[in-house]
Amino acid sequence: MRTIEELLNDSPFYHGLPTEVLAHVAGCAQTARFEPGEVMFRAGQPANTFFLVRHGRVSIELHNPSRGTITLDTVHDGEIVGWSWLVPPYLWTFDARAAEATSAVAFDGACLRGKCDADPGLGYALMQRVAQVMYERLQSARVQMLDMYGAPT
Amino acid sequence: MTAVEPHAPAADPMLPRPFRVVAHHLDTDDTVTLSLEPMAGDPLEFASGQFTMLHAFGVGEVPISISGDPTWPGPLVHTIRDVGNVTHALVGAGVGAVVGVRGPYGRGWDVADGIGGDVLLAAGGIGLAPLRPVLWEIADRRTDFDRVVLLYGARSPSEVLFGPDLERWAQECGIEVEVTVDYAPPTWQGRVGPVTKLISRAGFDPHRTLALVCGPEIMMTLSTQALLGRGVAPDRVRLSMERNMKCGVGLCGHCQLRDLFICVDGPVLPYTELVDLLDVWEL
Repeated sequence: MRTIEELLNDSPFYHGLPTEVLAHVAGCAQTARFEPGEVMFRAGQPANTFFLVRHGRVSIELHNPSRGTITLDTVHDGEIVGWSWLVPPYLWTFDARAAEATSAVAFDGACLRGKCDADPGLGYALMQRVAQVMYERLQSARVQMLDMYGAPT
Repeated sequence: MTAVEPHAPAADPMLPRPFRVVAHHLDTDDTVTLSLEPMAGDPLEFASGQFTMLHAFGVGEVPISISGDPTWPGPLVHTIRDVGNVTHALVGAGVGAVVGVRGPYGRGWDVADGIGGDVLLAAGGIGLAPLRPVLWEIADRRTDFDRVVLLYGARSPSEVLFGPDLERWAQECGIEVEVTVDYAPPTWQGRVGPVTKLISRAGFDPHRTLALVCGPEIMMTLSTQALLGRGVAPDRVRLSMERNMKCGVGLCGHCQLRDLFICVDGPVLPYTELVDLLDVWEL
């Protein structure tokens, strides 16, 4: 059985953080499992948690009454689900659903925010990593918005 | 299609040879793969990445990349998306119809330059069609290469091309195939997100990789940025350029991109020759 610190140490998201910092972060984390189709969170609910996917696939979805449910993005091994825990009003903006059996590390957002407030160095390191994820997702969303295959290549 | 009498292969490069449609396969709602056989003369030999000028008699002529297997002496295969008058006529050409063919033209992928290393292929939309011949070529000599990775992005699950081929390349040919779509219903079991996102995590050694990229120009630009970010050398990234080819033999200038004629200097070009030409408004 691997410890949460070991799991974090292997993840690209936490890569490069010192062991003592990982131990600090691990204090806010626990392992989680989701069955295929299980909803992890829904838009509008309080964003108290975020997830590091160990194995599996998570769909980020948007429900539109006229178009039904659309999958906007999928998150895979080693990637992060959710950043709303970091930004007021701390509410999810999309739905997340385990598209297959998924194991993850779940982080208590309020716990992490408290540790970040108390330790700005940790806060900066985490913010850098979350900003990278947000940057990549924003880039992806912009590319998808282009509908680049709609026009002839 | 208008029926025409077969005749000997044309010596005039501007004169189309008549080919008969022997198979017509509907790939998606707007995309069709035609298999063609010459009505006279030898079959066309081609290199992966080359194109022909396909002629719908009475309508016009368009450049279309060859999407068949260069290692197999079968019909000449093209995959055509219905985007205008000529392609509409070609897409509507059923079995038995006759179309004109000039070519093949241009510079291909030259995948032999990747022998001994990894090959990364990134395709977007119908950009998989010009890469399909090179995938068959790689499959035919698979042991010459180390890791071969195909990253393919489509608009939606219903627009994914060559499904059986993707399965065969993955299961029988030792090619790592990752397919992603921009949007999907929840029933889709694959990845969602732009194909460019896959490059950062794809399994290849950037220092010994030949990268072949084909798709909309914005997709190729972003893919190239991601490849260079991974450490692939600029001269090891090759892009297939689409321009308005007319003559196909470097005479008319319709496909000119500054000092390049895409029909003869391309369509496949190393990024080093394109670095100052992509994203230039006037071009």
